[in-house]
Amino acid sequence: MAFAKTTLSTFALCAVAGASCARDNVQIAGSSTVLPYAAIVAEAFGENFDFPTPVVESGGSSSGLKRFCEGLGDNTIDIANASRPMKEREIAACTAAGVTEIIEVRIGYDGIVFASNIEGNAFSFTPSDWFLALSDTILVDGAMISNPNMTWAEVNAAMPAQPLQTFVPGTKHGTREVFEEQVILQGCIATGALEAIVAANGGDMNQAENDCIALRTDGISVDIDGDYTETLARIEANPDGIGVFGLAFYENNTNKLQVATMSGVVPNVESISAGEYPVSRPLYFYIKAAHLDVIPGLKEFAEFFVSDDISGPDGPLAEYGLVSDPELEATQDLVADEITK
Amino acid sequence: MNLYHSKIHRSLLVKDARTQQRNNAELRFRAYGLTAVSVGIVALVILLVSIFTSGMTAFQQTKLQVTLELPEAKLDKKGQRDLVAMKKVTTIGYFKVLGDGLIAQLERLGIETGLKAKEVREILSKESAATLRNAVLADPSLIGSTVTMEFLANGRIDGYFKGRVDRASAQLDKNVEPGQLDIADALAERRLMYTRFNFNFILAPDASDQRPEAAGLGVAILGSIYMMLVVLFVALPVGVAASIYLEEFAPKNRLTDVIEVNISNLAAVPSIVYGILGLAIFINMAQFNQSSPLVGGLVLTLMTLPRIIIPARAALKSVPPSIRDAALGVGASRMQTVLHHVLPLAAPGILTGVIIGLGQALGETAPLLLIGMVAFVREYPAAFTSDSGLFGEASTALPVQVFNWTQRADPSFVERASGAIIVLLVFLLIMNALAIFLRRRYERRW
Repeated sequence: MAFAKTTLSTFALCAVAGASCARDNVQIAGSSTVLPYAAIVAEAFGENFDFPTPVVESGGSSSGLKRFCEGLGDNTIDIANASRPMKEREIAACTAAGVTEIIEVRIGYDGIVFASNIEGNAFSFTPSDWFLALSDTILVDGAMISNPNMTWAEVNAAMPAQPLQTFVPGTKHGTREVFEEQVILQGCIATGALEAIVAANGGDMNQAENDCIALRTDGISVDIDGDYTETLARIEANPDGIGVFGLAFYENNTNKLQVATMSGVVPNVESISAGEYPVSRPLYFYIKAAHLDVIPGLKEFAEFFVSDDISGPDGPLAEYGLVSDPELEATQDLVADEITK
Repeated sequence: MNLYHSKIHRSLLVKDARTQQRNNAELRFRAYGLTAVSVGIVALVILLVSIFTSGMTAFQQTKLQVTLELPEAKLDKKGQRDLVAMKKVTTIGYFKVLGDGLIAQLERLGIETGLKAKEVREILSKESAATLRNAVLADPSLIGSTVTMEFLANGRIDGYFKGRVDRASAQLDKNVEPGQLDIADALAERRLMYTRFNFNFILAPDASDQRPEAAGLGVAILGSIYMMLVVLFVALPVGVAASIYLEEFAPKNRLTDVIEVNISNLAAVPSIVYGILGLAIFINMAQFNQSSPLVGGLVLTLMTLPRIIIPARAALKSVPPSIRDAALGVGASRMQTVLHHVLPLAAPGILTGVIIGLGQALGETAPLLLIGMVAFVREYPAAFTSDSGLFGEASTALPVQVFNWTQRADPSFVERASGAIIVLLVFLLIMNALAIFLRRRYERRW
């Protein structure tokens, strides 16, 4: 790896020379869910500190972590935002490229909400409803059959006879994974379908779980590969549509959307931080510890990000829709002491 | 009587069946053409009307005037006017001071609110705290005095004056209260809140999702200008040199044929491919800075080169051979022939091609996605710094800013995205007008 070596040596030069490093701003990339939060913090950091405002790029958790693991040095990013924890193989890729010391910082939680056009019917869902509405196959009278449901009333007699039409995040989104695991799979278990599949396929649990989260492909469930603004546009055009959103997006568009309850709980910052609302996920950012001494302002930025003023329950991030972490104090210590994973 | 005679009887004024048929066919053909043109015009009109109706409001911004006291106890506890100590008070602290100032002003004016202090404060943009802090840090003697300053109003209040927000939608919207609109009305009545032309939309940098009212195109315009300079100064000489060589000097053989075909093919390569190439060559190998206009400009240069070479060759080709023959005949060398005679005559055509190529590069987003220019950047990039070199500081570009704003959650960014499109269209219009002007002014026909 001659190439990696040159990178490393130029980087070392940069560390020795101290201030005359080629980059004096913090460079961040990753999850589009974390992006607005990171941008809010970057903006506040730029106006309150003498360091330049960090540059925040979007592109998704996976692409951010991939760039994070490209190596050390000036032309690699310092921080990767992620809406899911880092995977084993990503850590392995990082190690292979020389990025061995990584600080994992959990900034809070993000709720995933189900919302429909404000002029349409109100809904209260359970995971089973979503499984019965969207799964490719469902359990009827002890046998798995291709999903016949066409209206919400067929799914659950308590709901209005509104045609099924849903807009769920595409597979490249971190939100999709949470939706599959915490809604569809839970519905699969609750309706007994998982058990039936396992019994039929000879006890292969992994395969059964994959079968559970396979969504129907007859146009009732539409994958949105863009962002939430696209989902919102679809719902505004189609009053029967129900979309999957991040809590922060919904909170910024409450005049157009009405939110559905999940298992009887209304999603909001309080119910999510209390752990009552079932569909949520932690948000993270990852710091390259080796960059802390080299990139000016990196440590200050990380500390500012997790400070009570910013990430606390009364801070601007909570106001925007982040569910603040009850263990924020531990995170602050972790950043201050630069404790790597 | 033969056939010929039977035909000649017919009058010129009465059309026979076949003529009628041919005339009808022509009429239909014209109608098709006219329909095609009108479809195009209607599409253009719809596009422009929708962009301008939603985007023109971005050039206006609602501001309010607040007269407030700057308490020393809150802004400089030690009272020594020491900048380092004063910087410890963050914008969060300033926002409270400013909010209290607004509440006191409302009381003085006798405007009843019935709102919580927090809700009154939020009539102000979050950006206004930074405005105040910067003013105080620039002139610490302001502390302790009473100042009157102009601040941005919150995006929702701004939307109220632009017709985007009304009391019914405010009722449903979590980010604005109808009571805040009442205060806004009362302030507007006293001429303390007003909507003015928004220079900051052109000049200010981007802002986060919490303050759409402060977001501007400054960084993006600067980044686009830098990139266009890079494209101009790299692609013009390279493109012109390549086309002169291919057109005037290169032998006609299989190799030049292959090159020729490849250039035509390169012009049709999707632009995202150049982004991947740029990432591999300029960032990973050459170690240029990510998100920098230098890399962006070089990537766009790669993309623009074939689009400059093809019209440049056409322009060189259109110079009549007699001019070359005459020059060679009076003893000029081939280089003199090209530089003294052919190139000046082809220049208007080449320039037109270059400007249209630049116009395409200006509107390009896809390759910039991969080199990190789709980013939140608030610092104006310097053209040159000793640390990051020429055009080495992070920036965005105009089309990228449009893309970026359409993804934001706050509905106020819709107006800003359309406004950015208008600015982009104006730039393109200027460039195309320049191309037309040059062509008209200098073009020669033979």
